[in-house]
Amino acid sequence: MMALRNALLVGAALIATPLAAQEAQDPHAGHDMSQMQGMDGMDHSAHDMSATSADQADGTMQGMDHSAHGAQPASSDEVGTAPAPSVPTDHPADAFWDASRMARARADLSREGSFIGNALIADRLEYRAAKGLDGYAWQVMGWVGGDIDRLSFETEGEGAFGESLETGEVRAAWRHALDPWWNLELGARQDFAAGPDRTYAVVGIEGLAPYWFEIGAHAFISNKGDVHFRLEAEHDMRLTQRLILQPSVEIDAAAQDVPELGIGAGFEKVELGARLRYEVAREFAPYVGVHWERKLGQTARWARANGDGASAVSAVFGIRAWF
Amino acid sequence: MHDAYPQLMDNNLTLNRRHILLGTGALALTPLFPAWAQSGHSGHGGGGSGAMAGRNTGGTLSGETIALSIGDARYSVGKRSASAIAVNGTIPAPLIRLREGQNVRIAVTNTLKQQSSIHWHGLLVPFQMDGVPGVSFPGIDPGETFTYEFPVRHSGTFWYHSHSGMQEAVGLYGPIVIDPATPDNVLFDREYVLMLADWSPIDPHPQLKKLKTMGGYFNWQRQTVGGLIAGKDQSLKDRLEWAKMRMDATDISDVTGATYSFLINGHDTAANWTALFAPGERIKLRIINASAMTNFNFRIPGLPMTVVAADGCNVVPIETDEFQIGIAETYDVIVQPTEAAAFGIVAEAIDRSGLVRATLAPQIGMTGSVPKLRQRPILTMRDMGMDMAGMDMGSGGEIDLSKPANESMAGHSMDMRDLSLAPGVKPGPGVATISPSPADRLADRGTGLENEEHRVLTYADLRSREASPDQRKPTRQIDVNLTANMERYMWSIDGETISGGADPIPFRTGERVRVNLINHTMMPHPIHLHGHFFELVTGDPGNRPRKHTVNVLPGGKASFDLTADAEGDWAFHCHMLLHMHAGMMRIVTVRADKGAAA
Repeated sequence: MMALRNALLVGAALIATPLAAQEAQDPHAGHDMSQMQGMDGMDHSAHDMSATSADQADGTMQGMDHSAHGAQPASSDEVGTAPAPSVPTDHPADAFWDASRMARARADLSREGSFIGNALIADRLEYRAAKGLDGYAWQVMGWVGGDIDRLSFETEGEGAFGESLETGEVRAAWRHALDPWWNLELGARQDFAAGPDRTYAVVGIEGLAPYWFEIGAHAFISNKGDVHFRLEAEHDMRLTQRLILQPSVEIDAAAQDVPELGIGAGFEKVELGARLRYEVAREFAPYVGVHWERKLGQTARWARANGDGASAVSAVFGIRAWF
Repeated sequence: MHDAYPQLMDNNLTLNRRHILLGTGALALTPLFPAWAQSGHSGHGGGGSGAMAGRNTGGTLSGETIALSIGDARYSVGKRSASAIAVNGTIPAPLIRLREGQNVRIAVTNTLKQQSSIHWHGLLVPFQMDGVPGVSFPGIDPGETFTYEFPVRHSGTFWYHSHSGMQEAVGLYGPIVIDPATPDNVLFDREYVLMLADWSPIDPHPQLKKLKTMGGYFNWQRQTVGGLIAGKDQSLKDRLEWAKMRMDATDISDVTGATYSFLINGHDTAANWTALFAPGERIKLRIINASAMTNFNFRIPGLPMTVVAADGCNVVPIETDEFQIGIAETYDVIVQPTEAAAFGIVAEAIDRSGLVRATLAPQIGMTGSVPKLRQRPILTMRDMGMDMAGMDMGSGGEIDLSKPANESMAGHSMDMRDLSLAPGVKPGPGVATISPSPADRLADRGTGLENEEHRVLTYADLRSREASPDQRKPTRQIDVNLTANMERYMWSIDGETISGGADPIPFRTGERVRVNLINHTMMPHPIHLHGHFFELVTGDPGNRPRKHTVNVLPGGKASFDLTADAEGDWAFHCHMLLHMHAGMMRIVTVRADKGAAA
């Protein structure tokens, strides 16, 4: 069956040109429906095959399937294969209006379509209620630029009230769209929490994965040569139009021990969160949730040795906002 | 059919006298509406005699010399208001009513602080009078007066709007009616212009910024877990399948009733714009979709409509109960209410995020009923560019996306971004999907009307009343791919934009070319070509419908044959204003043939 159909299709494609010529001579040919359907497939093949590989012929046949099914009588016309004219470079409006004003207007038209914008989004501004000291955390991000290239920046950190800042960092990166979903990020990160402040080079990927998961994967190389990795993922589950549950996960890892930062080689930390927000507006959504984090491996052992717990859980209350 | 007509002519004369009185009174009360758009005016004289022509009655401009002044204004709908742009102090702009065969000089003065322009949508004018800055002329600078001058070559319902800075979204739009040189044989007793529009207090530029940050910013009708539990919308399996492709089956419109007030002649439902009639009269409604971003479903519950023209071109009269009107399209319909009752004139946004009701009534003060908003549509595989008809389906009628669709597709997965299927498309972040097997959708009902029980017009129902002026077969064809990335809110043609350096689309003067518009997005795009009417490739040749704008349904294709008979440069674009602005636009060149392609 398949072979037979393909043979017919190829046959049709081969005789396309002569038939089209006949059609031009015989004004009655156009009334023959059976012939017309064939012709339709031929138009496509004549059109497509000239420029594409045999592989592309599949697409052609698909076109044929449609006409055979009769979705539309788009079929009854054969179309020639005359070449397209070349693209002119003149501007006929210049003959009627001041040429320098026209040149400016063309430049304006071109500029109008190139988007330059910005956004500032406080993804998390939250209070963390825990067993010991209550704390706080923030994650704020923004960008300036166009569709393909943007300057992105992000700051995040956390701490407990009455203590010095536990972690704090700010990042800036050139963000370049690689494909419809993913962006490359190249930039720098500066830490500013308690302990030695490091500066890192950042390289990473961020974007939207299948099933609507927001993903970030970054590597950091510090001015001391140590290398760290971070994987982040979150997902918006729309319970109602305005009530959104956002599970999130972050996994940190290091390529080596960095004792002065209390970081051990291998998996360093995992954070899990679930935040339930209510979008009063897109720009303003209060939320409640839970945040759990656990240090792992050598990092956990050092934390315990230091008198800190390796894991912590907190109830969070916060707002997500756009500016 | 027109037995009742002669006696109604008398009726008409009395109504005209009343019209003038009503018009003047109302003008004083509501200075921001031109008389033609005021509620309760008695309509314009009918019968092709063009009772209004040649007279400058409030808000209607006629004759050979017309002056328009574009200026800042404040516009309010209900309790919301925002700065706006008016023409001669009114929103909508004055009705320009001309006669086929006359010449007209229209002096347009720009009193704004920004550049402006006016494009005569659908009128065949010399390209340098077409009003597109950077294409046909330099634009009208602040303080400048530009005089358009052109012969009026054909009759019909058209409109005019700014082609600068998305100004039509903030009020710069108005109707054009061209009366035929010889009386038309579609008789009517009275006529009204119905200008459909969407208005938001948020200027379109900030709208664009919001959408660039979040593609679904204005969509408050998405699928939810709550809906899943309640058994609404897609099944879990379908939801997962769509989520895997990062496609949203509720992505019907970008800017929605969440911010828009929908308007008929500048009036929202509460303002109840009213058209008057006497029972038995034949009423001609000239319906123009002047929206920035809203395709509408149009109906008058309880009253069948006979469509007599589309985009200003006469069609063989066809009766229907509802039609989808893409942005920038126009339809003329005749209705004949026989009972002295109020009818609702309903324009419903296709994503069902809102509607506007006007009233057709025998007297002022009556209100047509407001129908309930219908269920928001859910997009289907066909909207994704998968022509079910062309596929071999599994036993359960389900499609396994990981497998080839049918034998002839062997070698291709049903990948939603197989760029080899659209060789003309430049790949890039702005092209998220390629329709794997786009169907010709000219015979399809508009999005969301698929299962409506009453009659719904499709393009395939339209037949031109006049024979095609060019019966030649096209000598070549081109594919024009409508491409986008909804998440990044990027819109383009063939993956390219003018700002990205895309070449014009070239035509030879006089050549006849088939243009295949292929929609690789999940949203309908009303595509408008300036300076020409084209013929939709539907039905037998000879009397195919002539249009200036065609709404290409999601994941589908629409072909038209074009005789490129107007030399010059022309704009060619999606009439969803933000799409055009973001790049779904090209310049079309028409030049005398100087030999074959290089």
